[in-house]
Formats: sequence, C-alpha cells, structure tokens
Amino acid sequence: MSVPTQAAGRPEPAAGGAADGQGGPGRARFAGRSPRQLAWARFRRDKVGVVCAFVVLLYLLIAACAPLITKLYGENAYTLYGQDDNLLNSFGMPVKPNGGMDGTHWFGVEPLLGRDVLALLVYGIRTSLGIAVCVTVLSVVVGVAVGLVQGYLGGRTDYVVGRASDLMMAFPQQLFFIAFTPVIVALFVKPGGQEPTWIRFTALVLVQFVLGWMALGRLVRSQVLGLRDREYVEAARLAGASSVRILRQELLPNIWSTVLVQATLLLPVNVTAEAGLSFLGVGMQTPTPDWGLMFQDASRYFQSDITYMFFPGIAMVVFVVAFNLLGDSVRDALDPRTVR
Amino acid sequence: MLRFLVRRVLAAVVILVLISAVTYVLFFALPIDPAQLSCGKSCTPQNIALIHRNLGLDKPVPVQWWDYVSGVFTGRHLPLGNCPAPCLGLSFTNDTPIWSTLMDRFPTTLSLGVGGAAIFLTVGVGLGLLSAWRQGRLTDRIASAVSLLGQSVQIYFIGPLAIFLFADRLGWLDAGHDPDWSSDPVGSLSGVILPCLVMSVIFWSNYSRQTRSLMIEQLSEEHVRTARAKGMGSAYVFFRYALRGAMGPIITIFGIDLGSILGGTVITESTFGLHGLGQLAVSAVLGTDLPMEMGVMLFGATAIVAFNILIDACYAFIDPRIRL
Repeated sequence: MSVPTQAAGRPEPAAGGAADGQGGPGRARFAGRSPRQLAWARFRRDKVGVVCAFVVLLYLLIAACAPLITKLYGENAYTLYGQDDNLLNSFGMPVKPNGGMDGTHWFGVEPLLGRDVLALLVYGIRTSLGIAVCVTVLSVVVGVAVGLVQGYLGGRTDYVVGRASDLMMAFPQQLFFIAFTPVIVALFVKPGGQEPTWIRFTALVLVQFVLGWMALGRLVRSQVLGLRDREYVEAARLAGASSVRILRQELLPNIWSTVLVQATLLLPVNVTAEAGLSFLGVGMQTPTPDWGLMFQDASRYFQSDITYMFFPGIAMVVFVVAFNLLGDSVRDALDPRTVR
Repeated sequence: MLRFLVRRVLAAVVILVLISAVTYVLFFALPIDPAQLSCGKSCTPQNIALIHRNLGLDKPVPVQWWDYVSGVFTGRHLPLGNCPAPCLGLSFTNDTPIWSTLMDRFPTTLSLGVGGAAIFLTVGVGLGLLSAWRQGRLTDRIASAVSLLGQSVQIYFIGPLAIFLFADRLGWLDAGHDPDWSSDPVGSLSGVILPCLVMSVIFWSNYSRQTRSLMIEQLSEEHVRTARAKGMGSAYVFFRYALRGAMGPIITIFGIDLGSILGGTVITESTFGLHGLGQLAVSAVLGTDLPMEMGVMLFGATAIVAFNILIDACYAFIDPRIRL
C-alpha cells in the first residue's frame, strides 16, 4: 500500500493549500447559511470524505499534469529503456529483482518492451481518466436533460423516450462495447489506414456514453415527477414562467444533489469499464499508455514478473475506494436525513 | 400465471426483434462496407464482390434483415453452405454455422455465470445478514469493510493474483479450464471454482449493503415486532419474517444485475483464458467476424431477457401477495 501513496504524495502541498483557502472564510459566521454552505460544513466534518477528496484530487492532478510529472521524474512513457539499457534478459523479463525497480526506474521497467512503469502508469491514468471523465460528463448532461424533459412533459414524450431507454438498457452492455468500438473506429478510418489515437479515444467515449446515460435519466425523471406538481412549480407556472425557466430555475436546483452523487459514483465505474475494454484488447492499443493495457500486459507476464501487476492494480484499488467513499460522503453531506 | 408468461414472452420478443434490428443496422447499414471490414488489408475487388454475394449485401437492408430473422426459425441455404434451423448465419472466418459455435461456448459462460452468482449471492447476502444481525458492532464494520474492498477490486487485477497464489504457489485450486460437464463433472467443477470465486468478489458489496439496509428496515416493521412480542425467538423472526420480506428487492436487484454478470464473465474468461461467449465476442471483433459478433450479441440479449422472465416468475414463490 505504501508505494502508490508515496509516489502520489508529491503534488499534495499545492492541493492542500488550495482547499484551505477555500474553506477559510465563512467559518466564523453564525446566521443565514444556504443549503450549500450547510452541506459544505457537514462535508468538512467528515474526515474520511475530506481525505478521499484529496486522493481523488490527486489522481485528477496526476492525469492533468502527466507531462510535467514525467519531466520532473526524468523518464518518459515511450522510450524502451529496458531494451536500450540492457535491463531485460533474453526472455524480455527485467534483470533486476522486483520488476527492475531501482533509483532511475522507481516502479521498475515493463516486461518485453521495457518502458518505465511509473511514466506508463501516470500516462495510463491520464488516458483512462480522460475517457472516463468525457463519458461521465456526456452521460450526466444527456441523462439530466432527457430525464428533466421526460418528467416535465410526461404523456406521450415520456412513454416514447421511456421505451427507447428500456430498449437500450436491454442491450448486453459489455458485448455492445466490444462489438461497436471497431465499428465506430471504422467509420473514421479506412481499412488498413493509419489510425490516430484520438479516433479510438472518441470511439470509446461514444460507445460507453450511448449506453451510459439511461440510469441517471430514469432517476432524474422519477425525481422530477415528484417535484412537478409541487406548489412552487405551480406558482411559477401561474406567474407565467416559461417551461425552460421552470426547468432551470425550479426543478434543476432540486435534483442537483442527486446528480452530483450519481456522477461521483459513475466515474469510477466508467474508469474500470474503459480499462476492462483495453484489457480485453478492444480499447486503446499499444503503444498508447493506458491503465487497462497495463493489466493486459501484466496478466500475460505475472508468472515471471508479478511486481508489474501491483502498481496499476493498487493504484486502481485506491482510486476506486477513494471515489466510492467520497460518493458516500457527498451523499451524507447533501442529505441531512441520512444517518450512517 | 399463463397470462403473465404470455405477456412477458411477447414483450421479450418485441425487445429482441428491436435489438436485432438496431444491431443489424449498426453493423450492416452504416456507411462502412462489412466486406471491406472483413476483407482486411489484402483485399481485392474480386474478394469484395464475392463477400457481397455471399452475404446477400446486394439486396436492400430491410430485406437482408428479414432474411436474417426468418432464417433463425427456418434455416437458410447460403452460398457458402447450408445453415440449419436456428440459423444466425455463417462465420466469416471459417464458414461454420454460428449457432453450433455458440452452443459449443455457452456451457463455459453459463457455468461461470451460475457459479459466480451462487457464490456472490451466498457471500453477499450472508455478509449483509451478518451486518444486520450485529448492527453497529465490530462484526458489522468488518463485514462492511470486506464488501467495500470487494467493490473496489477488478477481476483483471485479482484474477492473475489468485492464479499466482492459489494455483501456482499453494496448488490448492485449478488455474481454470473449460468445463465439460457430461464427460468429466469433477474436473469441470475444479476448473471453474477459482474463476467463479474471483468473478463473485466484485458483486459482494452491492448485495451485502442492500441486504443490510433491507433487513434493518424489515426488522423495524410492525409484523416483525408483533412476532417478537408473541415470544418468538429472535433468530426465527430474523430468518422467517424479516429475511422473507427482504428477498423480493434482492431478487429485483439480481434481475438488474444479469447484464453485469454477463459482462463479468466476459472479463473473467479473458483473465483465466477460458473459451466462452465473451472470449468468442472478443476474438470475433479482432477478426472482424461480423455475423459472429451479431450472433453473440443476440444470444446474450436473449439469455438476459429469458433469465429476467424466470426471475419475475420467482417473485410469486417468495412473495405471496404477488399474483401473476
């Protein structure tokens, strides 16, 4: 457990400082707190939640600053150090013990190709997290929009959209992802042609998004159904507010907390799904560094180099634990009724 | 009961027809030529024309789709060979009927799915019951921690570790091989135990959390309190009254999870090198074998829909209030 924390620990001072600055003012105030301030205060009392928020922030920072990190670290994710510097034996396994860990390559070198594991991991997190963030943002935006419209309009629109989302939920997700990633790639690339990395990135985002928004859509719809006939919505309607205004000013703010919690829980699911696809061989392709590809590689060589498995593995466990706990804390903070 | 079944089966057929249509359109009607896709890099115009003729791609898409769907029931005579009754077409790579390959691979996936589900239901619900029974005590916390950890690992991470530890080092379990239940039941069982165990881990947490909160909710219900007040033992009430009330929602969650279970078997097969439907789908995609992909997809969807109907029928046995 100690290794990733150590490596992840470097950018922490910057992140800590920023959060302190945010929390400073408003501490000594007594009256007139908005629900948001109350939730923030509740969240800050939750130690586990705060720690997890820092961990999550750290991963996002690692993903965002991958080039900076590798620059400071001095090795990059593409050079084949193992082959160039004779760090691999004739079977392609690291010569040094523990996966070739040493002062230059802190997490060792990759079997066969011999790239630097730390640099690979940092860039892999960047790729996987990038795809997952795109999928999550798209799913949340579309899910909320569809759910709002469905719940607010009701009637035939609700029925038609509801059945369409039923149909999409009946698709076997994993098989759909596997089958359609190449189809979307083939839309952009001629057979046998060069395939730029961003096309595969886009394809992965698209397939996962297409089947990713329905659950949130349903949740939003059910919430809107409960809110639609409240007095304040009727009052707004009587006062002549347009539908758009009612949706944005009256309904959206009330479902915001649900959306936030769901988005927090959706992101790690999307990260592991993307990594799963790359693990299966239908996601990102070597030599693009990717979290899932590291697992694919590691599962091929674990019998002779088990160390290589631990770095992406433990990094992912810490990431998912942090996100799940953060989701729970956010839920508790936003909902005063929850008692755990 | 009969009316319920008829209604559900009809709805399922509609869903499946729509899924097949959408999949077909996505595969064969987009501005990509499946012939180009399947032909690969060394492709001559003659090859493409041949593939077009063999696939019936010269006809309009709705006609193609109708041929495909009716072929499932009647069988087809394709230019490349005969395709008997449940015909899902012929594979691009070796011209064999898709259906026979699916039937060949299905036992592995089914064994993984059923075995994994049996384990995670036992462990997950068990942990949840334990937590609810010892609510707020140390046991509750330990059970919660175990389930959180289960939620946070991936099959492709713990799978290789489990093989390394339990198969290679300790030698307790088989590293996993395809089951063949009819000729070697014992060997099949030992071959799927480790994969099933690994697959089940990621499902534990959801079931233990849900069971815990459902049980706590049930235990505060009035009929449970009445039963206790009548002097019934707490264990008896716990299992006979509260658990029975909690079973319904757990089964609902299980029905929703069927798709994830199939997804889980796909990753598990790949991790343990088993040859099931998931591995078939992956190899079909890598070899651009479109009819095979289509077949696996439809088969998977059908399996999920069918199991869902089964699960709905199970409600009636658990909750006497439900009349089908």
